[in-house]
Amino acid sequence: MLAVTLAVASAAAPFAQAAADSPRAPTRVPLPAIEAGTGDRCVEDTPFMRRNHMDLLKHHRDRTVRDGIRTTQHSLANCVTCHASKKTGRVTGAEGFCSSCHSYAGVKLDCFECHADRPRAAVAEVHR
Amino acid sequence: MSVDHGRRKFLWESAALAGIAIAPGITLYDLAHGRAPEAAASTAVRWGLLVDMNQCESGCNACVTACDTENGLGGGKRATDSQWIRKIELKDMRGRVRSLPMMCQHCAHPPCVDVCPTGASFKRADGIVLVDRHTCIGCRYCMMACPYGARSFVHEPVTNQKPDVPRGKGCVESCTLCVHRIDHDRIPACVEACTTAGRKALLFGDLNDPRSEISQRLAAVATTQVRADLRLDTAVRYHGL
Repeated sequence: MLAVTLAVASAAAPFAQAAADSPRAPTRVPLPAIEAGTGDRCVEDTPFMRRNHMDLLKHHRDRTVRDGIRTTQHSLANCVTCHASKKTGRVTGAEGFCSSCHSYAGVKLDCFECHADRPRAAVAEVHR
Repeated sequence: MSVDHGRRKFLWESAALAGIAIAPGITLYDLAHGRAPEAAASTAVRWGLLVDMNQCESGCNACVTACDTENGLGGGKRATDSQWIRKIELKDMRGRVRSLPMMCQHCAHPPCVDVCPTGASFKRADGIVLVDRHTCIGCRYCMMACPYGARSFVHEPVTNQKPDVPRGKGCVESCTLCVHRIDHDRIPACVEACTTAGRKALLFGDLNDPRSEISQRLAAVATTQVRADLRLDTAVRYHGL
């Protein structure tokens, strides 16, 4: 069983690499719209963030709500500031950085039922 | 290279002197009440409010409006609308009308925390009573337990939330004493608005610090806790009630 898994993984690896590098051919599955964020680089490496962003956010939220620790390194507001779509200004919606990938992965995203999905400046504009 | 001992001694003494020069017992750190962003809230501090009802004017709604604006509340007055602070008119037997703001009293022994089945309702180290919406299941036990009717339930979906004040349908919420402002060394929005409106009915400060303005005022004037018989040790005190 392990051998089969390894074989599949090694067979799939070149495709995944090619897919990441070149524009994809149209498929039946809507692919996530991953738009590069503003700024030079993310707060952590991209592969690390792909795997662990949920843990960072969960850890940070408890420290902020319970202990009042308001560092910006792993704060959701900080994510939104950089990753809001240049077109819609949001991280949600069909082209949103968060929502599009979550819908592709089939993982429910409920952060933005309470949290602002736009950068601070954009929200201030609405409330003016 | 030889060490200039005279110069080194002078530098050490200057540094020591600078530390005590401001005033005995007062350091710059205390004056700013600053807390580093990576430091947790501490039990050394207990935030409180003093309401001077002689300064609070009937008809003035500045604190309520400021709260709504700061926290992105709709400002509606229906039973199902969130109200974190209300203005209340009290009429005594002789018909004299007094006005006061009523909000979460930030009890030292909060009944809302006692009854919460999930631990969502909690008291922060510095005495601020909050709801952790990540764990709130919206059962509303806390609303029934609160003797001050201070909590609201969000019945409908919310949009355009403030980044500092996330809030949404299905959770209970109440006055946070503007915790997001306090963590950045700012005073609550209602207190700021009251001062801006030319009244000084609200005074915010550290109840644990005997040198703070609020502690000195509490020592000087007679103050009341609402429903003191419940012995909840509220952090909001009223003068002239």
